[in-house]
Amino acid sequence: MDLSYTPEEEEFRARLREWLGKALPTLPPKPSPDDWPGRRAYDLGWQRTLYDAGYADVHWGSSPTIRLIFLEETEKAGAPYVGAGFVGLLHAGPTIAAEGTAEQRERWLPPILRGEEVWCQGFSEPDAGSDLASLRTRARRDGDDYVVTGSKIWTSHAEVADWCELLVRTDPDAPKHRGITWLAMPMDAPGITVRPLRTLAGSDEFAEVFLDEVRVPVANRIGDENDGWRVTMVTLSFERGTAFVGEVVACRRVLGELAVEARRNGRWGDPVLRRRLGRLNAEFRALWRLTQWNVSEAEGGSGVPGVGGSVFKLRYSHARQELFDAAAEVLGAGALDLDAPWVVDRLSSLSYTIAAGTSQIQQNIVAERILGLPKGR
Amino acid sequence: MRLQLTEDQRALRAAMRDVLGRWSDAGRPGDAGFRLDRSLWRALGELGVFSLRLPEAAGGAGLGLPETVLVFEEAGRALLPGPLVATHLAAGEVPGAADGDVVVAAADGRIVEWLEEADVVRPGAEGAVAIKSVDPLTPLHRVPAPAPADPVAVLLTAAEQLGTATRACELAVQHARTREQFGQPIGGFQAVKHLCAQMLVRVEVARAAVYAAAVTEDRTDIAAARLLADEAAIRGGRDCLQVHGGMGFTWESEVHLLLKRAWVRAQRGGGGTESEELLAADLVA
Repeated sequence: MDLSYTPEEEEFRARLREWLGKALPTLPPKPSPDDWPGRRAYDLGWQRTLYDAGYADVHWGSSPTIRLIFLEETEKAGAPYVGAGFVGLLHAGPTIAAEGTAEQRERWLPPILRGEEVWCQGFSEPDAGSDLASLRTRARRDGDDYVVTGSKIWTSHAEVADWCELLVRTDPDAPKHRGITWLAMPMDAPGITVRPLRTLAGSDEFAEVFLDEVRVPVANRIGDENDGWRVTMVTLSFERGTAFVGEVVACRRVLGELAVEARRNGRWGDPVLRRRLGRLNAEFRALWRLTQWNVSEAEGGSGVPGVGGSVFKLRYSHARQELFDAAAEVLGAGALDLDAPWVVDRLSSLSYTIAAGTSQIQQNIVAERILGLPKGR
Repeated sequence: MRLQLTEDQRALRAAMRDVLGRWSDAGRPGDAGFRLDRSLWRALGELGVFSLRLPEAAGGAGLGLPETVLVFEEAGRALLPGPLVATHLAAGEVPGAADGDVVVAAADGRIVEWLEEADVVRPGAEGAVAIKSVDPLTPLHRVPAPAPADPVAVLLTAAEQLGTATRACELAVQHARTREQFGQPIGGFQAVKHLCAQMLVRVEVARAAVYAAAVTEDRTDIAAARLLADEAAIRGGRDCLQVHGGMGFTWESEVHLLLKRAWVRAQRGGGGTESEELLAADLVA
């Protein structure tokens, strides 16, 4: 049991802090949430800044502990979130790095790192959510192309993306996990229609993507035909490692702000509310320790975090909702005002127990893969 | 940074588990009623449970809180009876405590465990009144004035709770795998599966908090660890009982003993309220 960082890691932290102190004041003003081209430019600009400073590939080329430190320090300093770079840097990029050919890595990875191209994700479908492997978007081979028809949903940044990491069915007769292929689809190809999807938080955070006879070169296939499910699992396990480091740091900051606000508006005198915030302090402190636990587990093992990520996600997604419910109690009637702090965050938090594997699916994963309980329903 | 156990820590845990396994195979706790098994106490003393943190020059093992937490986790997992934490804290201060020759009880919060079986009571038990203990393996007295909480006692109690929570999860999973209804193991039903999954989640969150608090020795970290470990043990005991169905409600099953012990321990160190207030105060410090 050791919580200390190596001298090299501490040096990385100190250098990063110093650099952030200089780099952040030079940032342009933040675009408004519905200005998608503005958001794209802002997010890519930040990635370019990181690239120029030598931090571009921290998500891929560094140890899990360095990644933890990077995410912790950037969040603490109030640096921009990865934003439009999310799928490229945290999903498609790592997948191509792990499974792509040398030529494919050369084509797609540098523009992601330099902040030049945006990726979106075409995995879920209206009829393939938790049961992702039942996806039905068809791709038939025609010469050097696949011809793709179907529809995708919950696609973030589709309006401003250059590429889509796309899962398609190439063999409808094979068992469902064995007929799937992973393609890099150019978003300017003819036959693609993007329709924004308004969330309950009022934002157009997602889109539906309709594909009508879209031609994707066979050369854009990552991995073998019909091996896309395995290729995808590489991405998904990558996602569940340090994915929430910045968010846990942010939640702990929010908790401190809630306490300050409660003292200001007099609610701090209510012992029930005060203890509720105290308990949340315990919760997020423990989630930070569990993050460190998972990171050091990844450090010692394969570098790819395993099902421990499901344990974390189950608890964190619930805790985040509890945090913003507590914020509503601090605000009282103010919690009904969309302009008040934390109110939109409270709405957004409702997606956490659903997105990237619902809590019910995560509990199945924990019960079957960690506890060894029988598969079934 | 490596929060996981070192080789030595693994070996220590395995040794402790081995000894306790042989002991609980020999006789279920409670067979002796409220008589504390002095031979067990001396065996624990020989094993070094009480002298773990004493310097080697003083006959101890010179180990730290992380190792001690592992030992108390195993004690909690085996539901070992007796004022373990109180005697451990007395080692080096009360002659004979380190070797297990002397049993030391402590007023902690508003209760004293094992008062009549103890040779020494710290800091004292003025006005102690025996109550009919809810835990058939822990005799209890109530005291009128609350005793101050020692952070190390709180942490070691959290470690015991963690061990009990782990045991509850193991028992539930074992039962869910083997008990068949509707022609299949009940662990194949999602309703049961999800109870078990949440038990594990609570255990793992508590484990990260308890181990980290053992490293930092920070009061706020310890308060957080105790809240999560209490939750893991008490809710784990409840869910374990639920998974066991009717048999879980019987006296002969082990399940109720886990839950009742968890309730007793949750009263130590001022109870959870004090820890919540400490953690709240930390937010505005």
